[in-house]
Amino acid sequence: MNGDIDVSRHCNAVEFADGVYWIGALDPTLRTFDIILSTANGTTYNAYLIRGSEGVAVVDTVKENFSDEFFARLESEVDYSEIKVIVLNHLEPDHTGALPELMRRAPQAKLHISQRATSMLKALLKPSSDAFAYTTVNTGDRVSLGDRTLSFLHTPFLHWPDTQCTYLEEEGILFSGDVFGCHYCDKRLFNDRVGDFRFSFDYYYAHIMRPFKKHVIDALKLIEPLTLKQIAPTHGPILRERPRRYVTHYRELSTSSLTREIGSDDHSLVIFYMSSYGNTARMAEEISEGAGGVAGVRVSIYDLEGGETEPFVDLIEEADALLFGSPTINGDAVKPVWDLLSSLAVVNLKGKIGGAFGSFGWSGEAVRMIEDRMRGLKMHIPHEGMRVKLIPTEEELDECRSFGRRIAEVLIGKRRERAVIDFAYLV
Amino acid sequence: MAKAKVTFEDIEQTVNVPAGTRVIEVSEKIGAGIIYGCREGDCGTCMMHVTDGWNNLTEPSVLEEKILKENMASRHDRLACQAQVLGDCTVKPA
Repeated sequence: MNGDIDVSRHCNAVEFADGVYWIGALDPTLRTFDIILSTANGTTYNAYLIRGSEGVAVVDTVKENFSDEFFARLESEVDYSEIKVIVLNHLEPDHTGALPELMRRAPQAKLHISQRATSMLKALLKPSSDAFAYTTVNTGDRVSLGDRTLSFLHTPFLHWPDTQCTYLEEEGILFSGDVFGCHYCDKRLFNDRVGDFRFSFDYYYAHIMRPFKKHVIDALKLIEPLTLKQIAPTHGPILRERPRRYVTHYRELSTSSLTREIGSDDHSLVIFYMSSYGNTARMAEEISEGAGGVAGVRVSIYDLEGGETEPFVDLIEEADALLFGSPTINGDAVKPVWDLLSSLAVVNLKGKIGGAFGSFGWSGEAVRMIEDRMRGLKMHIPHEGMRVKLIPTEEELDECRSFGRRIAEVLIGKRRERAVIDFAYLV
Repeated sequence: MAKAKVTFEDIEQTVNVPAGTRVIEVSEKIGAGIIYGCREGDCGTCMMHVTDGWNNLTEPSVLEEKILKENMASRHDRLACQAQVLGDCTVKPA
């Protein structure tokens, strides 16, 4: 099937199931996507067309400057007056760039988007969006094209709040948006024809989906029960040969490996530190000692001087609590701490417990600055950090152990009775 | 000035606040588990559940109602960056 396919040589729609067509565009020269992703051989913007007995649906569009190719492929198969439904699985500009022009050419078509996409639609397409008729859809909602039925899966945060998937029931095809996608441009289009794209697939997951693993697992609960004959994502090859293995791979990539190692009952607390004269290191050891004494908490301790960012990011992703220790040098935390704290966009930190500590010479700003950064990363800072002027005394080391213990107690959910405090006394 | 007690259920901490104080002004200072994104009522990150004293918070604005709906809030969920404390209430992360 499609043995000699080369979509770079024509601008026609490519049929890959009965009445189902690829009408996307190739972008082979792109080398950086969205600032953050390297794209060694470019990408594709996949859009699809489904012909039913009572109308046509278009699923997603392309980046604006690839509109000509998209419209040419679309026009090769249908007249604009036939388009009844436009589905937007995801409103990022690389999939909605051709939308305003498509709506101009097919004003009778009704947009089907997720509830969370409504504000984005207005923000992305202002001010013309006022003229667009749209309906919001959720899991279980269906739209009929006569002999074809599209049903919707609410799969938020894969990788924007608005994302959804659309399933063509009669053909078992999942139009998955960016899920199961990758930046890999190949004119042969199908996973059983293109080159080796495993790296691109995993790289895409690591940078786009990884921060949303919890949402991936939620989405897989909706996707796994489906009969899947093909998966049609918005970037990269159409997955028509053994599509389910990509679903299985997503589950593997999204499942915690730490839980398998230490059991799901233990909580992981990781301490990272840098130390100039050994004082912050000493604090780290005592905090570790205090936290480690709380049953159900597994403490790991790392000197940032002896490691590299990437494996530390892996550790942080699976940790339940993170403590950072830094001396204060010239009024700031030290660079390796900031390097790590600025490398965490690919993992989800929301709600993890955080804390900071450090020895200082005269002003000690580092601890508060680290705490602020952690709050900015949506972490929860239950206790004010530990600051010690130069060499910690025995009493201060006791306080370090207490600090570690209190953080660990928050981690295991141990409650302590507290008196009512007055707002005026809060710092 | 009228006072009210706001209790953060996740950390079992109660704070006496002047009426009209926004929950966001208190929760971070005492280390409660509600987390924040935009801090201006647009992103929905700081959604909290009001377990007691629902009527003792200011009414949600039209904009807050919209964001709550978009984020599929359940009954008695509010945005901590918007809700102001008028009387005793208990909240926790949603």
